[in-house]
Amino acid sequence: MRAALLIAAKDLRQRLRDRSAIMVAVVVPLGLAFVFNATLGGISTEGVAFRYGVVDEDRSEISAVFVDEVLPAVEEGGAIRVRSVPSDAEGRRSVEAGDLDALLVVPAGFGAAVEGSGAAEIRVVGDVDEPTAAQVARSIASTFVADLNAVRVAVATVADPHATDPAELDALVERAAAVATPVDVVDVTATTKELDVTTYYAAGMAVFFLFFTVQFGVASLLDERKDGTLSRLLAAPIGRSAILGGKLLTSFVIGTLSMATLIVATSLLLGADWGDGIGVALLVLSGVLAATGIMSIVATLAKTSEQAGNWQSIIAVVLGMLGGVFFPISQAPGFLPTLSLVTPQAWFLRGLSDMAGDTGWTVVLPAVLAMLVFAAVTGAIAAVRLDRMARL
Amino acid sequence: MTTPVLDCRDLRKSFDDLVAVNGVGFSVAPGETYGLLGPNGAGKTTTISMIAGLLERDDGEVLVEGRPLTTTSVSAKSAIGYVPQEIAIYPDLTGRENLRFFARLYGMSGDDLTRRMDEVLGIVGLADRADDPTKEYSGGMRRRLNIGIGLLHRPTLLILDEPTVGVDPQSRNAILESVDQLSAEGMAVLYTTHYMEEAERLCDRVGIIDLGELKAEGTRRELVSMVGERDEVLLALAGDVEAAASACRALPAVHDVSTREEHMELVVDEARKALPAILEAISYAGSAVRSVEVTEPDLEAVFLHLTGKALRD
Repeated sequence: MRAALLIAAKDLRQRLRDRSAIMVAVVVPLGLAFVFNATLGGISTEGVAFRYGVVDEDRSEISAVFVDEVLPAVEEGGAIRVRSVPSDAEGRRSVEAGDLDALLVVPAGFGAAVEGSGAAEIRVVGDVDEPTAAQVARSIASTFVADLNAVRVAVATVADPHATDPAELDALVERAAAVATPVDVVDVTATTKELDVTTYYAAGMAVFFLFFTVQFGVASLLDERKDGTLSRLLAAPIGRSAILGGKLLTSFVIGTLSMATLIVATSLLLGADWGDGIGVALLVLSGVLAATGIMSIVATLAKTSEQAGNWQSIIAVVLGMLGGVFFPISQAPGFLPTLSLVTPQAWFLRGLSDMAGDTGWTVVLPAVLAMLVFAAVTGAIAAVRLDRMARL
Repeated sequence: MTTPVLDCRDLRKSFDDLVAVNGVGFSVAPGETYGLLGPNGAGKTTTISMIAGLLERDDGEVLVEGRPLTTTSVSAKSAIGYVPQEIAIYPDLTGRENLRFFARLYGMSGDDLTRRMDEVLGIVGLADRADDPTKEYSGGMRRRLNIGIGLLHRPTLLILDEPTVGVDPQSRNAILESVDQLSAEGMAVLYTTHYMEEAERLCDRVGIIDLGELKAEGTRRELVSMVGERDEVLLALAGDVEAAASACRALPAVHDVSTREEHMELVVDEARKALPAILEAISYAGSAVRSVEVTEPDLEAVFLHLTGKALRD
């Protein structure tokens, strides 16, 4: 153990004198997190809020709930700005002119349809150049309509289907209004446990570059071989396991220090909210172990440290892309979200996202367990291969 | 009989179909410098890699101070100071940091470590550059530090693998003097080289190795006599040259005598021992010796005789 610590301390001293290592471990990820935050973080803030127009052709109590309560509530969140438009035609012209990103039209008869048996719908007119804005508008409208329909069906199943008592209808309207609060819209973030943009990219860049920083430990075994110092280590009265342990320990320490530095730096400089400290620590430690295991295997396949660096970079980028460090892969269509779970990066980000719902650090345990499985499997393979590598 | 510091027997190592070392064995006594002399690719480095416990051997045995040594041995390795052919130091670290790291790997610490580092820096002449990064050292300085690391833990057996390759004459001389000094202090030295001059200057005994086999071993004199090579003595005479030649032919150490004008050339066993008798015989024959030149056969000739090729082929 003493020899492993000596080797790790020597490697760390070398790495600290290598400015490129500090660049990769701290400066570049921090810089990229800053850039991502600056360019993408504003989407959800006032600077680039979607501009919607709303036309109330129905002018019923129910349409008033949508126009006067639901939309203003969403607007308060900062994601949209809504203005009233006199008519459908004028609203369409504004959309075509680019003055509005989408138009929400509550058609005449909407309230009656809700109270009766007709189909209640809110029309959305979108700008083809702003598909996301139109999609968000459809989501707001469909949520409101779905809630209304749900209440209507529920009431219909318990009420006399032939009842025409105005009091019953008023009650229906009141219940509809009560249900169709903007809570569901506002709660979208909380229920799907998404990280805010700043934290997401801080975490994404940190875990992305973690796979580069852990290279320094194991790949240095190839440098030791090239420079002849491996023979000197092998001639020393220490076990081969001490050499390997020292290299793995170097990767682990560099990875952990890099992550810790980035967590502190992004919290202080960018305002990232990483969540519960215990949960973050568990995610970081298990993530570093998994990254070390994977990159150790890659290093053992290479003949030179340059070759190892190239291969490790390819693996880091592919796993990073698939793991969702550049964009939320969980929102991607098809099988990608499932496929992403073959990467520790996805589990790391998932663990952080799970904590974003203020549910305590224990919610990270599945993600931690998954990464420990990665670490155990890849570490076992790497250990066998590294033992062969540490021979002349 | 003194227990040898190193005793290796029947070492064998193959790489796929290539037999790199085939049945090599020798021993090195305390204070003895043993040279493994052979051309590049002869199997020298493979042999000492097995001896130093870097390379697993296919067969054979290595005993260091009577303790068996394998790649997994720990205690036996602590008796060895290994100086690889490559300059095996960390360029990002200073000379002192390199020394401290390796000294600690050998279990040194505290005042003993500090004192020994200063001693070694003095031995290799790097005391004034000890705190500079070694990437700023010259090639010769790196070579000397490379050797210094091998000396740190006061090994009883120092293994030097071609330590003067690529070194300027001044540094080379300093290295050879250091090895001489260490041997004089009682350290056993195993020295590989393909430079015949180094083997002749440093080594008490030499093993001639080629194609993975130890062709012969012994002192320089033993090797020379083993292959039938003899010394030549060239004399410039005043007086009766033929009478002097007749007198020398009668000496048992003299095998051949030829004369040319005032010069006489003798082929003798061990010229330095035979010379007093030769001079006496010449004087008795009535001639005077004006000059004497002794030419002893070198290891190059031995190597050529044993392998049929020159050492640097």
